[in-house]
Amino acid sequence: MTDVVLAPQPAGNPQLNAHGELQHLITLDGLSREIITAILDTAQPFTEVAEREVKKLPLLRGKSVFNLFFENSTRTRTTFEIAAKRLSADVINLNINTSSAAKGESLLDTVDNLAAMQADMFVVRHGSSGAPHLIAQHLAATGRDYIHIVNAGDGRHAHPTQGLLDMYTIRHYKQDFTRLTVAVVGDLLHSRVARSQIHALLALGVPEVRVIGPSTLLPTGVARMGGNGGKGKLRVFHDMREGLKGVDVVMMLRLQNERMQGALLPSAQEYFKYYGLTPEKLALAKPDAIVMHPGPMNRGIEIDSAVADGAHSVILPQVTFGIAVRMAVMSMLAGN
Amino acid sequence: MKIHISNGRVIDPANQFDRPADVFIARGRIVAVGDAPAGWGHDGANATIDASNCIVCPGLVDLAARLREPGFEYRATLESEMAAAAAGGVTRLACPPDTDPPLDEPGLVEMLRHRARLPGFAHVHPVGALTVQLKGERLTEMAELAEAGCVAFDQANRAIVDTQVLLRAMQYAANFGFAVWLQALDPFLARKGVAHDGEVAARLGLVGIPVVAETIALTTILQLARETGVRLHLRRISSAAGLDMIVAARAAGIAVTCDVTINHLHLCDQDIGYFNPHARLDPPLRAPSDRDALRAGLASGAIDALCSDHTPVDDDAKQTPFDEAEVGATGLELLLPLTLKWASEMNLPLVKALARVTTDPARILGSSCGDGAGTLAVGAPADVCVFDPHASLRVTRENLKSQGKNTPFLGAELKGRVRCTLIEGHLAHDGAFA
Repeated sequence: MTDVVLAPQPAGNPQLNAHGELQHLITLDGLSREIITAILDTAQPFTEVAEREVKKLPLLRGKSVFNLFFENSTRTRTTFEIAAKRLSADVINLNINTSSAAKGESLLDTVDNLAAMQADMFVVRHGSSGAPHLIAQHLAATGRDYIHIVNAGDGRHAHPTQGLLDMYTIRHYKQDFTRLTVAVVGDLLHSRVARSQIHALLALGVPEVRVIGPSTLLPTGVARMGGNGGKGKLRVFHDMREGLKGVDVVMMLRLQNERMQGALLPSAQEYFKYYGLTPEKLALAKPDAIVMHPGPMNRGIEIDSAVADGAHSVILPQVTFGIAVRMAVMSMLAGN
Repeated sequence: MKIHISNGRVIDPANQFDRPADVFIARGRIVAVGDAPAGWGHDGANATIDASNCIVCPGLVDLAARLREPGFEYRATLESEMAAAAAGGVTRLACPPDTDPPLDEPGLVEMLRHRARLPGFAHVHPVGALTVQLKGERLTEMAELAEAGCVAFDQANRAIVDTQVLLRAMQYAANFGFAVWLQALDPFLARKGVAHDGEVAARLGLVGIPVVAETIALTTILQLARETGVRLHLRRISSAAGLDMIVAARAAGIAVTCDVTINHLHLCDQDIGYFNPHARLDPPLRAPSDRDALRAGLASGAIDALCSDHTPVDDDAKQTPFDEAEVGATGLELLLPLTLKWASEMNLPLVKALARVTTDPARILGSSCGDGAGTLAVGAPADVCVFDPHASLRVTRENLKSQGKNTPFLGAELKGRVRCTLIEGHLAHDGAFA
């Protein structure tokens, strides 16, 4: 065995193998337009599987997918479970909440134990940014990188399958990314979803991404956060009305209730008034603009029910596409 | 015991000395540099060290090395870290008070000094806690602690939130002429932070610590230092803006010195890479422009000293996600090679670069550590480092003597290998002549 775990940081992107193919899906940061497009293309036929009488494909038959959730989530875990089962995988759900982790077993001990149970794939959600990277490096250092990792959300860092399903949704309704203006609105500071969305949008050639929110909810240096070498620019707006003018896509973010307790925001009412998406603010966007939300929604805080349930909303199709996109990711990583 | 170090290039920054010369040692002291002293005798030395192609300089003086005793023996022991110091050419070190329990009672300080008083062990200078249990509430018995051997008083990385306590602590220290060492970090602005508040933290989704956390704390500390006239040393400066404030304060007549760590001299937030837990440091690695300002500041003398900030951490506490990882990096064995790396990259003469790890930190330790610290002057204790500037050291877990294998330089190949280390004439490390 090599020096284990604390080896120097690998050069390049740790989720790609020596041939530049996806080994894990940990982040969209650094993924090329070609890889992202390939995932979306792979997802396309999977949307039809859901409409069949028998909703099963044999692509992961005989494979074991472990849903490793260190943070509570029913919705995301369920969509991964459905996706894996539609690909005929065996799915094992593990909810390892922080209290049992606090009993002593370290993250890597947990991973070692599960790896010893012949897992083929870990779907990981963790409260700390970078936890899936740590697991991937650990598996690589111990010669077990045949186990694939799919990041189902880590801290504030990334939620790549959410970012991908959002891209799938945009492509479904708008086709060409290179003519779009897209707004990402709300609590970017705490949002792993927003970080994944921004990387994907710029990689796919969106010329202008607008981030809209109060300064207290935007990360320092957000304007320089864009990656992937795209030519698109990131523009920051604190005035939502200004930021929504003429946009094609409005991507709302969830505002967690606990943000109201600190000094980040004075009240939910004031937030809704200035940063909640209402029909009247949405009217500033293009007439055919679509409205997206990663869920779960806080109606009356970041989004008005009239918008959430209105004609521009594609929030429920997002959920449907999400299963196809997760099937695409899983089959590309570990498919027979 | 008489030792003759022959054929080396002797660099003694305290005396601006840099030329080929022999060094003669007797009874634990330097007795001559150059020609053999009168009465060296026909029998000559008991031992000769051939320093051909090597540099002979004073043993390094490190202003911050955690030995992890008492309280954290599972991370390191005095024995393991003393071996690391000797292997790194470090012969004198100050030990921060953040042990468990903290160094806030004379008995603890005496015990540490007693344990460290062995032939071949570096001189250990405990830095006492400024407040009881480092809580920032009640003053420690500073005079008693100084008698027990403390060279200064420090809060480690726990800020004194109550500014009245900070004022009183400085007044009381100034009353006895004691030095106060502080790290400038506002605990509110740094709350939950794990990385420099900039684009890297934004991209990786890490909670940021803004530069103002340093500068706001500096404002308070510098104003109180002016008020009290205390001898102030600022530890681990991390930002260009912070350094500017110190330079301005000095120009305004405030007596203040400062240091920087080897990690902050060479690395920046981009070196966090993919969440490398070894780059989880306190203060956080800052922007490339900050690092460049620190490098220039150490060269110009705006920053007085370079320290290892040696912090051995066990693997379990580093094999975690970045935000859960224990802060700190091992450093005693990297202080010399990273000084040389900086000197070479900045085109600095060695006599100037080595001053930052010998005579300059010795000056900050002050007279309480005894005469002749950090120099090869005749009469000084024979604390000597002989190193080969061209031989390289590969930083691997196996090659590090420290019990802590945690450093962002793991895997690096660094120029500058210690051939031997003498502490008061005792051969503490012998890397070539065994």
